[in-house]
Amino acid sequence: MNKFVNGYYNYSLRLTNRERIFILLEMVKKLLSGNEAIALGAYHAGIEVASAYPGTPSTEILENIAQFKDIYAEWSTNEKVAMEVGLGASYAGVRAMVSMKHVGLNVAADPFLAAATTGIHGGLVVVSADDPGIHSSQGEQDNRHFAKLARVPMLEPADSQEAYDFVAIAFELSEKYDTPVLFRITTRVAHSKTVVEIDEKKTRPDRKKRFHHDVEKYVMLPSHARVRVPHMHRRMTELTEFAETTFLNQLVDGNKDIGIISAGVSYQYAREVFTDATFLKLGLTYPLPPNLIHDFASRVKRLFVVEELDPFLEENIKILGTHVEGKKYIPRSGELNKTVVQDAAVKAGLLKHIDSPAEVKLIKDLPGRPPLLCPGCPHSGAFFVLSTIGQRAKVLDASGKSEKESKLIITGDIGCYTLATYPPLRAMDTTACMGASIGQAIGLEKAGVSSKIVAVIGDSTFLHSGITGVVDAVYNSAKITIVILDNGTTAMTGHQGHPGSGVTAQGNFTRSVDIEQLVRGAGVNDVKVADAFNIKSVRSALRSALDNDELSVVVVRGKCAVTTKVRKNQRQVDLEKCNDCGVCIMIGCPAIQKHDNKIQIEINSCMGDQCGICGQICPKQAISAIS
Amino acid sequence: MVGVGGQGIILASDILGEAALEIGLDVKKTDTLGMAQRGGSVTSHLRMGKKVWSPLISSAEADILLAFERLEASRWVNYVKPDGIVIINNLAIPPLSISMGTHRYPDDAEIIDSFNQRTKKVHLIEGSGEVSDIGDTRTLNIFMLGFLSSILAIKISYDIWKKYIGEHLPAKIVDLNIRAFDKGREVASSVDI
Repeated sequence: MNKFVNGYYNYSLRLTNRERIFILLEMVKKLLSGNEAIALGAYHAGIEVASAYPGTPSTEILENIAQFKDIYAEWSTNEKVAMEVGLGASYAGVRAMVSMKHVGLNVAADPFLAAATTGIHGGLVVVSADDPGIHSSQGEQDNRHFAKLARVPMLEPADSQEAYDFVAIAFELSEKYDTPVLFRITTRVAHSKTVVEIDEKKTRPDRKKRFHHDVEKYVMLPSHARVRVPHMHRRMTELTEFAETTFLNQLVDGNKDIGIISAGVSYQYAREVFTDATFLKLGLTYPLPPNLIHDFASRVKRLFVVEELDPFLEENIKILGTHVEGKKYIPRSGELNKTVVQDAAVKAGLLKHIDSPAEVKLIKDLPGRPPLLCPGCPHSGAFFVLSTIGQRAKVLDASGKSEKESKLIITGDIGCYTLATYPPLRAMDTTACMGASIGQAIGLEKAGVSSKIVAVIGDSTFLHSGITGVVDAVYNSAKITIVILDNGTTAMTGHQGHPGSGVTAQGNFTRSVDIEQLVRGAGVNDVKVADAFNIKSVRSALRSALDNDELSVVVVRGKCAVTTKVRKNQRQVDLEKCNDCGVCIMIGCPAIQKHDNKIQIEINSCMGDQCGICGQICPKQAISAIS
Repeated sequence: MVGVGGQGIILASDILGEAALEIGLDVKKTDTLGMAQRGGSVTSHLRMGKKVWSPLISSAEADILLAFERLEASRWVNYVKPDGIVIINNLAIPPLSISMGTHRYPDDAEIIDSFNQRTKKVHLIEGSGEVSDIGDTRTLNIFMLGFLSSILAIKISYDIWKKYIGEHLPAKIVDLNIRAFDKGREVASSVDI
C-alpha cells in the first residue's frame, strides 16, 4: 500500500462497505472523452507501443497515450506505416495499439489485411474512428465493413466507460484468437465526455518481449498464406461461439412488442426513444451471434435495428435468416440523434405521433460562420497570389463554378489550406484524399488541358503521401508546379509533430526531414523556397515556377500562426487613406472586418509583425503598425 | 453553450461537467467544434441528471441556452424548451460574409423576437463589457459560468466551482478568473430570471 494507508484507514471508518471497497481499489470517477478512455484503457491493459497518424476524431488517442513516458508512442508518417509499426511490435510479443480516422484505414488497409492473415503475437488493437455526419472529413464511410473484409472481430463501445473497459477485452480477444481486433468508434463516442469509473493505480501486466522465428506464420508466401486463410475462418467460427455468451452483448428486458438491436452511440438514442422496449445491445458487432439473435427475434413482435450509416447489422442479421427492419426508416447518411430515431419510429408505426413544440422560424438568411484560415496564417499570402493569377476569383461564380477554364488549375489536398476553397480566396479546384493533389495534377497535365497546373499540399500531408507523387512526376516528366506549404506542423488536427517538424509525439527533439533536399534527391531540378510572409518573395517564386515548362517545386515556408506566441505591432487602417477598394478583404483574414462600412483590423486577433501581409498588398499604403 | 471558436466555451463546459459529477450527477457532454480553432461556430451540449443516455440535446429540450455571441445564439432557438432560459452575451463577432457585404448581421430586436416565439426569458447581458473592466476579455467564459452558476437548478457549492476553475487554468490567471466568476454571479443577482 502507499503512504496514504493511515489516512485511508481513519477515513474509511466513516464509510459504507461499498465505499470502502471503492477506496481499497482506489476507484475514482472521472469525466473522460472516449479517446481519453481508450488511451487510459490501453495503458492499463499493458500496451508497450502505440502508433498513429493524426486525424479527427481519433487524434487525442495517441496524444493521451504519449503522455505515458514509460511506453513508446509515435506519430507515424502515415497510417500504413503506423499499422506496420504496430504489427512489428505485436510480433515482438508486446501489446500494441494503432489508431486512425476512418479514411486512415483505407491507407492502412494493406498491412491491416496482412495482419489479419498472419495473426499476431502480442495483442494488436486497431482503432478506427468513423465520422458520421462528416464533422471534419472528406467523406462518410462505414468501417464496420472492414471487420468482415479482414475477418477480424470488432468491438463498438457506446460511451467512455465501455471504451475503457472494452480495450482490455479487445487485447484479450486478440491474443486468445490470434487476430488483430478492430475497435470501432464514431465522432460522438470519441469526443463526448462521460463518467468513467477507473482504478487509477491499476498495475500493468508484465510481458516478455521476444520474437519467435516462425516463417510459416510471418512470411506470407502463397504456400504459407494458403495455410493461414483457413485459420482465419476457423477463428471466426470460434468467435461466433464466443459471441453467443459474452457479456459484451447484453439483453435489456422490456415490453415484447418491440425488440431493438443496437450498438455504439445509436443505442443511447434508442434507449431514450423506446423507453420500455426490449433491447439487444451489441458490444461485439462482428461476428454476430446467430442463436442469440434468433432467440431474441422469437421473443419480440417486431424486430428493429437502430444503427448509423450503412445497414451493417441489418444485412448481417438478414443473412442469418431473421426478418428485421431498420434502414427503410432510418437515414443511411449523417449522424443519428434522438429526434431522427424518434421520427423513424413514428414512420415505422412503432411509436404514436409525438407532440413537440412547433418549429420556430429562424431569422431569414442568417450568415453562416464557416471556419477560416486564421489571422496571420502563413497560407494566406500564397493563396492570395494564386487567386490573383489570371484573376481566378473573378472567373469563378458564387458557387465556385465556371464554364471557362481559368489560366490556372489548382489541385488541392487535405489540411487547413483546403479552407482556401471558400470565398474570398477561391484558390482550390480539387480535394480528394491525402496526397492526391500531385497525382491529380499529373493526370490533368497528361490529359492535355491548356491551363497551367499547380498542386498545393501541406508539409505533413506531403510527407504522409505526397512523396510518391513527386517521384511519379519526375519519372514521367510531368510539367506541373508543386507548392508545398510548410508551416512546420500538422496544424489542422491541433499541431502534432511530423517527420519534418523535428519533434516526436512524446516531445523529444529529433532530426527533421529536409523537404528541399528530399525533392532535389528525387530529381526535381527547379526547387525554390519562399518566405510565406513576404508577398514579393511568394509572387516571384510562383511566377518563375509557372514560367518554367518543366517540373518545379516551390516551398512556401512560414510558422503556423497558432503556434506563434509573440504578437506585437498589430496593424491598423488609416481611414483617411483607405478608399475601400476591398483588396485587403481578399486575403480572407478574420482580423480584417467591416464595421459600419469601414474596414477595421481587430487588434486582439491581428498577429502584427509576425504576418504583415495586408500592409504589403494595400494599394493605398493605408495599413501600418499601430504606433 | 454556443459561441465562436476561441471564446473558451469547451473549457467552461468542462468545468461545469466536472463540477456536476462532483455533486454525484451522471454527466454527458459533447462538443461540436469541427474546425473551431479556425473561427467557426462552437457548440457544447451538457446533460446532467440521475441517468443520462444520449450526450446530445434534442430540439426543444434545453433548459438553458448560454450564448457567448449574438449571431450564434440565434441559430439555436429551436433547441430551447418552451419557457427555457436564454442568456446572450451582448457581443457581435461579424463573420467574413458581413465584411464582404453578402450578408447582414441580425439586429437585437430580431434576435429577441425570434426567441420570444419559444420563451420570454431572454436576457442580453453585458459580459464582454464587464470582463473588459476586469482587465482581460479572455475571462468571458468564466464570467458566463459565474452567471450560469446562479441560475442553475442544481446546486453546486462555490468551493467546487473554485476547485475546478483552479484545476483547469494556469495558476497565474486563476485569481483574475475567480474575479470574473464573481462578477458573473453579481450580474446574475441583478437580473430577474
